[in-house]
Amino acid sequence: MNALNLKRLGPGAAILVAAAVVPSIVPRFYTYILAVILITALLAMSLNMVVGHGGLYQFHHGVFYGVGAYTVALMLTKTPLPWWVGFVAGPFTAALMGFLIGLFCVRLNRLYFGMIQISLGSLIWALTFRWYGLTGGDDGIHGIPVPDVLSGVTRSYYVILIVFSVCLFFLYRIYRSPFGTTLRAIRDNPERCAAIGINVRRHQLFAIVIATFFAGVAGVLFVVVEQSVFPDLMFWVLSLEIMIMCLLGGWFTFSGPILGAALMVSLRTFAGVYTEYWTLILGVILILLIFFLPEGIMGYLSTKRKQKNGRRTVE
Amino acid sequence: MLRVENVSKQFDGFKAVNGANLSVEKGEIVAVIGPNGAGKTTLFNLISGQLKPDSGKITFLGEEITALPPHRICKKGIARSFQIANIFHRLTVFRNIQVAVLSQKNRNLNLTSPSDRFFIEETRAILESVGLADKHGEIAGALSHGDRRVLEIAIALGNEPRLLILDEPTAGMSPEETAGTIALIKRLAETRGLTILFCEHDMDVVFGVSHEIMVMEQGRTLIQGTPEAVKNDPDVQRAYLGTE
Repeated sequence: MNALNLKRLGPGAAILVAAAVVPSIVPRFYTYILAVILITALLAMSLNMVVGHGGLYQFHHGVFYGVGAYTVALMLTKTPLPWWVGFVAGPFTAALMGFLIGLFCVRLNRLYFGMIQISLGSLIWALTFRWYGLTGGDDGIHGIPVPDVLSGVTRSYYVILIVFSVCLFFLYRIYRSPFGTTLRAIRDNPERCAAIGINVRRHQLFAIVIATFFAGVAGVLFVVVEQSVFPDLMFWVLSLEIMIMCLLGGWFTFSGPILGAALMVSLRTFAGVYTEYWTLILGVILILLIFFLPEGIMGYLSTKRKQKNGRRTVE
Repeated sequence: MLRVENVSKQFDGFKAVNGANLSVEKGEIVAVIGPNGAGKTTLFNLISGQLKPDSGKITFLGEEITALPPHRICKKGIARSFQIANIFHRLTVFRNIQVAVLSQKNRNLNLTSPSDRFFIEETRAILESVGLADKHGEIAGALSHGDRRVLEIAIALGNEPRLLILDEPTAGMSPEETAGTIALIKRLAETRGLTILFCEHDMDVVFGVSHEIMVMEQGRTLIQGTPEAVKNDPDVQRAYLGTE
């Protein structure tokens, strides 16, 4: 049992140690990119909880990332409240927004869920985009006064690494919990879940609230590293990108979205240097993915591992 | 225990169930028979809440359950299996049943403890009682047809039902598998004190195990009575068994 735990936790611990020493080895730019990857990975994982494990068509998840970021931005620039209030309010506002939008969405099934989700999300984006007086419209808000303890590339990187690890821990607990098991059962067969006494809509709404909370955390971290916000955070293109991260990494797995986020952010950063048309490369990757790895990279690897080990005892 | 009174359901003007009556007493095994399209599955869906009746009344243990949502009806003590294997195909066999147990014990909103700590014994006991214990780690979607049908029943058992509704439990099974499943149903009724309502096409099975039989034709109830009474009823012979 202990050996098993060690085997399972070993790689994670090694990665954590590596992540902790990275800023002292690599140039600042790479530290910054790594911070962006961690934030994006958290966002993608929060989406994957509802899409990959919940089977919900949460097409416009980026909105809650934006709501979290804008909440902090507005509270730091427009109110005299201490900075930490804004940082705490970000995720909770995102979760509240998730609850309100989710309330409409869970009444509908499958694609209809997705359609109303994307329309209500776009509404939030349009509001942010147009409301110059409050949000600065398409200019966004810049020079957000993030406290000194959190600013600077290296310091913000460590803050993000810590918050990311804590979130990862909680997400994993939820994944393994009866709540998570039931959520995956609902994904597989909502009708049967209702027949075994599960309040499917309530469970889905609960999952949306949790997922949007973590998206809000990612939004707050975005402000920590960028010290600015702009409406593109809530634009549907970003929502599509994080959806692709889940598919690429493996949406039926727990850690897949981290890999997906790492690959996508790296691709955008490094291929973006050479060509504006980096999305072309993305397109080719997506086509290959759909044909050869329909369950994503991690999904493929875990299937392979299972075949090697024979059948597993417990899921 | 269960009373269905004059229940009707239309689909786009087609009367799938048209004034059906049924009563099930505690401890009985009751069969619903009738030709294809007689409305048996629709009737079961009305009882378990998947469909809402247009008219009529359904009571369970003296309480009206007409048009309650399925999850509420399930919590009142009615569990069911489906005609097509309605399982959680990406989860393991063990988890398939554990989810039902978690739901029954109101633990499925727990966020912090691992599922592996909940109701392992209860789930194992069900797996053993249906004979799937050695397959507990397999992904449900990879099971054989017969095993899926058994798992289908096992999930319903996870709810510790007082009334178990089985919609054609032996559909598509080989004769050996059918015999095994019927033996299982009988054993469950005896050892767990279950009341069972089922529908089935195999007449040997129906007349072999049921205490009462209800005959449906074109959405109506023709008769409900003991196997003897049903066998000798002239209406049933005309409509269903065929005149000889």
